[in-house]
Amino acid sequence: MMRKRLYNIGAILQGLGITFKFMFRRQPTVPYPSVMKQHAPRFHGLHELRRYADGKERCIGCELCSSACPANAITVIGAENAPEDRRSPGERYAARYEIDELRCIFCGLCEEACPTDAIVLTPRFEMSDYRRGSFIYSKDRLLVPPEAGVGTPPDERPNGIPADLGRVAEVKSTVDIAAGYSATNRGEVLKTHRRGLAG
Amino acid sequence: MDAVMNAAPLWVVILVKSAVLLLVVVTTFAYAMLFERKILAWMQLRPGPNRVGPWGLLQPAADAAKLILKEDLTPKTADPLIYRLAPFISLLTAFSVYAIIPFGASADGSAWAIGNVNAGILFVMAIASLGIYGISLGGWASGSKFPLLGSVRSTAQMISYELSMSLSFVGVLILAGTTSLDGIVNAQQRWWFLLPQFVGFVIYVITAVAETNRTPFDLVEAETELVGGFHTEYSGLRFGLFFIAEYVNMLTVACIATLLFLGGWNAPFGLGMVPGIVWFIAKVACFMFFYIWLRGTLPRFRYDRLMAFGWKVLLPIATLNLIATAVWVAYWGK
Repeated sequence: MMRKRLYNIGAILQGLGITFKFMFRRQPTVPYPSVMKQHAPRFHGLHELRRYADGKERCIGCELCSSACPANAITVIGAENAPEDRRSPGERYAARYEIDELRCIFCGLCEEACPTDAIVLTPRFEMSDYRRGSFIYSKDRLLVPPEAGVGTPPDERPNGIPADLGRVAEVKSTVDIAAGYSATNRGEVLKTHRRGLAG
Repeated sequence: MDAVMNAAPLWVVILVKSAVLLLVVVTTFAYAMLFERKILAWMQLRPGPNRVGPWGLLQPAADAAKLILKEDLTPKTADPLIYRLAPFISLLTAFSVYAIIPFGASADGSAWAIGNVNAGILFVMAIASLGIYGISLGGWASGSKFPLLGSVRSTAQMISYELSMSLSFVGVLILAGTTSLDGIVNAQQRWWFLLPQFVGFVIYVITAVAETNRTPFDLVEAETELVGGFHTEYSGLRFGLFFIAEYVNMLTVACIATLLFLGGWNAPFGLGMVPGIVWFIAKVACFMFFYIWLRGTLPRFRYDRLMAFGWKVLLPIATLNLIATAVWVAYWGK
């Protein structure tokens, strides 16, 4: 009885020692808006619709992304290209292209399905808003603006990492992400990612 | 300064002293709370409050503003008068102890306190016992089940632990030969009572945690079983008053531990060049840290074990300690 009690006191002291030690441990907390954690190199974030070097849209309005989408988040309405004002090099283009980002599960199957590598998932993820309606992204927000460049189709990226981030560079605090992407070796990127966690 | 103090009537001096002390205690409470949240956070590998001001230093102000702006609810089934009065009982008793607690001494030996009562420690115990009324009446007057359970627990707990606490005081009183707080501190100029009364100190620390209803003895507000315990129904500023009372009680208990066991404002190891008030504050801060440390480490007691521990372990040990001290002083002391 007495010995058991004494043992309990030892356990309490041991517990106090552990909490004291932990007080001086490094906290894993990342103060998020001011410091960004690095994402995995192929992080699936917000979509974008890319262009060819001549400024034409890649999307040919085939709706394969829409049928591949497991969450039914994509709506594509294609239209015939007018000969005098060609929007895409093919016969058709997407007259309407809408993604409901609240339904989207960011699986990337649309990216896989796209025959022209038009729809691509960027590492952007900060898209919170006050109204549900504003989560339905249409072409005005999805399509890369002509001045932002063309981007590199996924199959031409070194190690699958986009060399050019398109509009992503515009977002204020994604500097760290961009730095992560510039590394060519995936293993190296993952290592810095872990160090980022500890800091 | 002394000339002004001597010229002014006594009641003015006391009023000014009280106002200053009240401000100091309330500010200390605010930062004790921040200190606790920070320490707990660090122990749990979190950064703690860091959004309001540098290092979260303005967090107490934000908390206060929030509590003041919240709605002050009174349940339909509550006894309105007692329900509204209870937080003030808690607060009043918590603050009134500071009327006699000395924080340091001038060169001529007069203690820095609002009032110097020769039965100081008895006054402290009397006021501390009254503090139960705030909690038990508040819980009872809420007119709902959880607060009632919390207040019944608190009454039982505080009464049973107060016994052992008083007995641990008596050992010190026998050694010091006085009940006035500055007399007890002066008796510790050579040895802190921590050494001859180590058992008493351990008992005091345990009972002090129980008296202030802090983890691991926070059964009064056991969140897992009693929602919020006695203050379940309280909201806004009234909840804030209970909150202030709890922290001020923690401070009181730390001050008493410093005065009775840790040598008060006496400097350890002959480090007399540092002023006594600094030592006092440092000792109180260490005790407060220990409090928070316990909260960050230990889980809550089961209720029956709490009672068994109080009556079957603490009380006999405290009694034996008291008898041993008395015998020692009678035969070999002085």
